[in-house]
Amino acid sequence: MGLDIRIPVGALFSVLGLLLAGYGLHGGAALAQRSLGINIDLWWGMVMLVFGLAMLGLAWRARARRR
Amino acid sequence: MHPKAIDWIIMGTYFAVVLGIGATLKRSMRTSTDFFLSGRAIPAWIAGLAFISANLGAQEVIGMAASGAKYGMATSQFYWVGAIPAMVFLGVFMMPFYYGSRARSVPEYLKLRFDEKTRGLNAITFAVMTVFSSGISLYALALLLRLLLGWDFNTSVSLSALIVLVYIFLGGLTSAIYNEVLQFFLIVFGFAPLVLIGLKDVGGWQGLVAGLHTVARSRGFAPDAWLSTWSVMGSPHENPMGIDWFSMAMGLGFVLSFGYWCTDFLVVQRALSAESMDSARRTPLIAAIPKMLFPFLVILPGMIAIAATVHGGASGLTLPRQADGHLNYNMVVPLMLGRYFPNGMLGLGLTALMASFMTGMAGNVTAFNTVWTYDIYQAYIRREASDAHYLTVGRMATVVGIALSVAAAYVTHRFNNIMDLLQLLFAFVNAPLFATFLLGMFWKRTSGHGAFAGLLAGTAAAAVHHGLTLPARATPGIKGGWIAVMHLYPSPMAQNFWTAIYAFGVCFLVTVGVSLATRPRPERELVGLVYSLTPRQDSSAARWYRRPAVLGACVLGAAVVLNLLFW
Repeated sequence: MGLDIRIPVGALFSVLGLLLAGYGLHGGAALAQRSLGINIDLWWGMVMLVFGLAMLGLAWRARARRR
Repeated sequence: MHPKAIDWIIMGTYFAVVLGIGATLKRSMRTSTDFFLSGRAIPAWIAGLAFISANLGAQEVIGMAASGAKYGMATSQFYWVGAIPAMVFLGVFMMPFYYGSRARSVPEYLKLRFDEKTRGLNAITFAVMTVFSSGISLYALALLLRLLLGWDFNTSVSLSALIVLVYIFLGGLTSAIYNEVLQFFLIVFGFAPLVLIGLKDVGGWQGLVAGLHTVARSRGFAPDAWLSTWSVMGSPHENPMGIDWFSMAMGLGFVLSFGYWCTDFLVVQRALSAESMDSARRTPLIAAIPKMLFPFLVILPGMIAIAATVHGGASGLTLPRQADGHLNYNMVVPLMLGRYFPNGMLGLGLTALMASFMTGMAGNVTAFNTVWTYDIYQAYIRREASDAHYLTVGRMATVVGIALSVAAAYVTHRFNNIMDLLQLLFAFVNAPLFATFLLGMFWKRTSGHGAFAGLLAGTAAAAVHHGLTLPARATPGIKGGWIAVMHLYPSPMAQNFWTAIYAFGVCFLVTVGVSLATRPRPERELVGLVYSLTPRQDSSAARWYRRPAVLGACVLGAAVVLNLLFW
């Protein structure tokens, strides 16, 4: 098919995760006010980053196996 | 709602990835099968996620949250009763005929099984419907962007149409499927935190239950009415939907749900793109697993919003009212996004909504260009041409399909009533379809004349039933009763379910009657198309959990457990 779907999914979520976590780290308590005291940008950004990297890892493993 | 640079960057990143996927896939679009059916090479899990995402347009997301607020937990019946059994039936029993016959579309199966006129009727009505549905998606997106971001209607329509056009033109169905997978993860990641923060706001699950008891009491229902499904369906007056258990099970659970999930080419196309018969059969079964859990993602926000509005929550979230004083349920999702999400997460939530609008539109466009090219152009306009010619026609159909969708979006914008009327007509056309497929696949005696007459009679029955009945407190006209009012239903939903039941019943009886009076097709022509004349599909998969029948039984079992948990 030419393109392993896990690559764009993994790339998108890694980048979005980094952006969100970075913004959350930088914004801190002021941001968290809205989401009832949780710094959701920071925490959810990290969750998304882990998911994105896992997808990229799976794609990389599949590619290594095919070789 | 005040998006900042970070939100725009998040949305921009998503659009860059979408266009990048289209550009990368362009190289692998060599034949018409690549373009229309992804070269039949999609793994089951990808086809499965695309299968549910194609149905989870943003109107569905916003509408389900609204229904969650309006009707509570009973809304999940649209998933647990109105989707799961039909998806299992499609995977286990019907897919062998769709995939095994090598039909490239649902209308083409009708041509192989019955005759040209049955295919023509289905292909033409389907093509018209997809164009209008895609136009409605576009219109709804533009309204939402105007509300949330203050964008101008023309800008929103042309920008979204252009992006969808580019990625389908380049990457065909594969592009659409990949974007559906992307959208699936975006919705999960964009909505899960909304539910978590919302639950915290109303005091956790305990707090939500207490809040919903207040909601139910304030509307004059039993305290559990917003938290139960079947137990409040003894009579239509016990639940806010105005539905009894029989019309729920027959109307939604059988006729409407099987009619949509088992015959609508928009979803079936995703399974036809799978890499093997086993994968095609597993597609709807894999799709059923997240589908079962979606109520907690898309319906729960509505339940949280109504509990917070009536009972009160920590943040003081309150649904706005419409001009007539009723709560504006459609605002659940925009309200919660704006209230709970700081900048950053706001960008993610908006991206998830935009992604589901665009896949909702793209799903219709890919189904349209396939049916137009294979079932209308190749069947009636130019029969023998090179594959390259049909690939070009498919690309042109994509452009035309999107242009027509844009036109439909403007028609909807100008004349809202026309849209209501068209959606009503589509409902009449769709209601009887499942009877035709059920008889066609499982009764070899069914003839082409029988199928055609049955479809026409079923549609007529739906129209007549609608013309003779009316929901309580409605005025005759578009809501029904335009011939004479012979019966009043407790709610529009009850009327809708019974319209479907009558259409199915009439189509079934007329198809059987006419088939018995006409000559059936010789049995040798029906091998691979009818259950009794097709060798059993033994799954080649060795592992038990990859066998469609086993997987299907597990999925059904899980759905039963969910029904019992929220009985």
